[in-house]
Amino acid sequence: MAAGSMFSESLRHPLSGPRGIWSFLHIDPVLMLLLLALIAGGLVVLYSGADQNMAVVKAQGVRMGVALVVMLVFAQLDPSVFRRWAPWLFAAGIAGLAAVLLVGVGAKGAQRWLAIPGLPRFQPSELMKLVVPMMAAWYLSRHYLPPRLRHVAVALLIALMPMAMIILQPDLGTSLLVGAAGIFVVFFAGISWRLIGAFFAMVSVAAPLMWFFVMRDYQKQRVLTLLDPQSDPLGAGWNIIQSKTAIGSGGMDGKGWLQGTQSHLEFLPESHTDFIVAVLAEEFGFVGMLTLLVLYLLIILRCLYIAATAQDSFSRLLAGALTMTFFIYVFVNVGMVSGLLPVVGVPLPLVSYGGTSSVTLMAAFGVLMSIQTHRRMISA
Amino acid sequence: MPWGEFKDTAAERRLFQRRTVVMLLLVFVLLSLLIARMYQLQVVEHDIYTTLSDKNRVQVQSVAPPRGLVYDRNDVLLAENRPVFSVTLVPERVGDMEQTLAKLQGMLSISDEDMERFHRRLLEPRRPFQELPLRYDLNEQEIARLAVHRHELPGVEVSAELVRYYPHSELTAHALGYVGRINRQELQRIDPVNYAGTNYIGKSGVERFYEQLLHGRVGYQHVETNARGRTLRVLERENPVPGEDIRLHMDLRLQQLAHELLDGRRGAIIAIEPSTGGILALASVPGFDANLFVTGIGVEAYRELSKSVDKPLFNRALRGQYPPGSTLKPMLAVAALDSGAVTRDKTIWDPGYFRLTPGGRPWRDWKRGGHGWVDLTAAVAESCDIYFYEAAVAMGVDTMHQYLSEFGFGEDATLDVAGALSGLLPSRDWKRAVHSEPWYPGDSVNLGIGQGYMLATPLQLATATSVLANRGNWSEPRLLKDIKGDRSIDEVLPTGNHQSIELENPDDWEYVVEAMAEVMHGSKGTARGAAKGAPYRMAGKTGTAQVFSLAEDEEYDEEEIRERLRDHALFVGFAPVDDPQIAVSVIVENGGSGSGTAAPVARAMFDAWLLGFPEEGEALVVGSSEGDSH
Repeated sequence: MAAGSMFSESLRHPLSGPRGIWSFLHIDPVLMLLLLALIAGGLVVLYSGADQNMAVVKAQGVRMGVALVVMLVFAQLDPSVFRRWAPWLFAAGIAGLAAVLLVGVGAKGAQRWLAIPGLPRFQPSELMKLVVPMMAAWYLSRHYLPPRLRHVAVALLIALMPMAMIILQPDLGTSLLVGAAGIFVVFFAGISWRLIGAFFAMVSVAAPLMWFFVMRDYQKQRVLTLLDPQSDPLGAGWNIIQSKTAIGSGGMDGKGWLQGTQSHLEFLPESHTDFIVAVLAEEFGFVGMLTLLVLYLLIILRCLYIAATAQDSFSRLLAGALTMTFFIYVFVNVGMVSGLLPVVGVPLPLVSYGGTSSVTLMAAFGVLMSIQTHRRMISA
Repeated sequence: MPWGEFKDTAAERRLFQRRTVVMLLLVFVLLSLLIARMYQLQVVEHDIYTTLSDKNRVQVQSVAPPRGLVYDRNDVLLAENRPVFSVTLVPERVGDMEQTLAKLQGMLSISDEDMERFHRRLLEPRRPFQELPLRYDLNEQEIARLAVHRHELPGVEVSAELVRYYPHSELTAHALGYVGRINRQELQRIDPVNYAGTNYIGKSGVERFYEQLLHGRVGYQHVETNARGRTLRVLERENPVPGEDIRLHMDLRLQQLAHELLDGRRGAIIAIEPSTGGILALASVPGFDANLFVTGIGVEAYRELSKSVDKPLFNRALRGQYPPGSTLKPMLAVAALDSGAVTRDKTIWDPGYFRLTPGGRPWRDWKRGGHGWVDLTAAVAESCDIYFYEAAVAMGVDTMHQYLSEFGFGEDATLDVAGALSGLLPSRDWKRAVHSEPWYPGDSVNLGIGQGYMLATPLQLATATSVLANRGNWSEPRLLKDIKGDRSIDEVLPTGNHQSIELENPDDWEYVVEAMAEVMHGSKGTARGAAKGAPYRMAGKTGTAQVFSLAEDEEYDEEEIRERLRDHALFVGFAPVDDPQIAVSVIVENGGSGSGTAAPVARAMFDAWLLGFPEEGEALVVGSSEGDSH
């Protein structure tokens, strides 16, 4: 039983092999390497996108450091901890969202933050990106899978309730990601294709209703602008026209690092936050974009592998949903910057300048690493 | 329910893994979509976006050439360029237009007129991202105030441009003309490329005539701009070719003297250098400040100028058409002698009136009781009307018309004086065409003393006098003396087409000139008072142009006639007699007599030109001395 002895040995002596070290530290080396590559590349692009403002790059570096620490902390926790805490976190999150709507502080016409004295400004909606899939996974994994219709209904409620509250803030981008996280859980849980078909039918009915009764004018404007950016070339269409110009003028291999004229000459707004991918596309061209997307793909593949090999339903559902949420970030951001999707405030994960979403994302990767490194060998 | 118990964990895992495969496919599809999109933008449509990007970044700006300067003959600057700051708005970059305008109104004084004009321009079709001027000529305080608030005012810029400035505004306005903003009609006829950066164009005078020369050629610069259109750096520049500097024949001192001589009156003085035809002075008084017109005169100020009874905007020197009166007599004397209508020996008896037919209507002499026996010299010197009545009848209209047209009457004989009028030299054909009447002998009688239909501008009188001074040689009047550059003046100055006046007996020139000298120096000369004490000899002729005709037996009483109805005082002359350096014509509107008012003015001009200009502050005594009225 050579294999068996190796197994037990590594179980007894976690530091005896490379895999053992990572297991002990609760780090998935493949994922870690890919994330570090992404973060490092992101800082390089940010340096250019922020007009070579080193202070911005440093601040982002510090944030990414904090986010890495958060990831490692989450990775240390056993997945069962997330499962046990899920309902309480969810309840707290809903309370937080309600508080935001009642007493929140905001900027630019939106209420997004809770200002609790003594704490940094706090955005409960950000937390929900993690908590909603946890709660949905917690709920669905308590029942036989595939879920029955009423379980699906409850799980969707878990997702849609915070989503609706976030839309009211209003924050379309975040609500989209929170809702998506919950819906992915339902999908991974095995919801029947008939129900999925019914869901899309419902959406196609709900969409016009949303348009007339829920969406704010500026949100409608964004959608209309996407359909025809030229209709408002100096207002809402400006960003899209300029970012498409930046991307398109990059060509096959780009204008070179720091050489992007669109971004540096202030044509491209938000060149270091939501639209940073346009900077990358302009300066590194199609090759650069392909590299970035492949890097994201590798991360997603690794995460889906972790999900597929997870040991219990809760972990699988949570891991799968978090992975797909991450992918949605990528898709929506790149899609909006390249003019495929309406402009919603979704950053390019781990590359855009900004703290909150990076921390949330890294926490999610922490959860994934936790799932990967806390597997009990006996049931493997 | 305990976790994992009583559940088919293997089936659940298989279910999850199938779903994962579906998700994986979704990821592949969506990522492929993104990659395809990138391929479309970056490879397929790359050229389009490169063009867009360059267009974003690189703008071609026209660079207006600095306008050529204008100097007088002594290199005194008459027209220069000075920087003027104006505030402009790019509507596309201004967020809230009303709010921005309100803010600007708080910072600058913006007249309702400016505001109205701005709103009008806002509605006119224009290029996108074109700057619209709101107010010109900001002072330093206003510029500073705008600079401080710049960040609150997107789309608002302070721009500097070189604007024409006339340091001797009133003195030169009528001679130089002025530039102004290009208007809609001018926009139709200018070369849009060459004027791409130019806002001003010559509206009148030299500025208008030599527009092409003074304008220069537009330059270009490719500039890299940011999204707000602010220029970051110049990538490429093709410098404009500045307009050429030109020098005029005009002498600013003489011009100034002319203005001083006419100060407080209305009138015109033209001085010409006979040998060259160069216009030494071209004064029309009162003048106006041409600088007001450059950036756009206000409605109120313009109304004041245009409604003034003194008509300061009216260029009397070029466009004032007056009956030349007796100042025409020297030219008619040449005509009469050469055509054989009179001889040097011919004397007539002047009883104080002239009748075409016995018992017919009498034409009176200006001197009651007449001059007695007069020959041609006396007729010129004493301005005997009767002699010229007879001579005119003897010549007939055709002969007079021919000779007078050879002196340049009835046409604009100038080479480069924009806006000069041609006066009116009547003829048989003209009368039939305009009045549908034949030419009567009585019309010839009137023409014989420069009255009747005949009209001439002061410039024409000076021109004819200059031809006389040249003894028939033509040098068409011109303003341009030379170009400060490589170009020869011949390339831009039109050539004259006037034939010299050849007389049967060239000596007749001297005869008429001597008769004109008698006007000044003779014991009975009408302008002898004005020539008193001169160390040189001068030739001249006084004249009076009637503003209205007196009824036959009405007494001329200056006191009773309102000032504006008084006769215009005229004088033409040149000096020195043997080597003419200067020929002048003077008209003082409602000045009364040519001898008393106009001749001393000419004398002062002669003295200044031949003897030197009076010192600063030295009193110019040109009184209306008592004398004959002709």
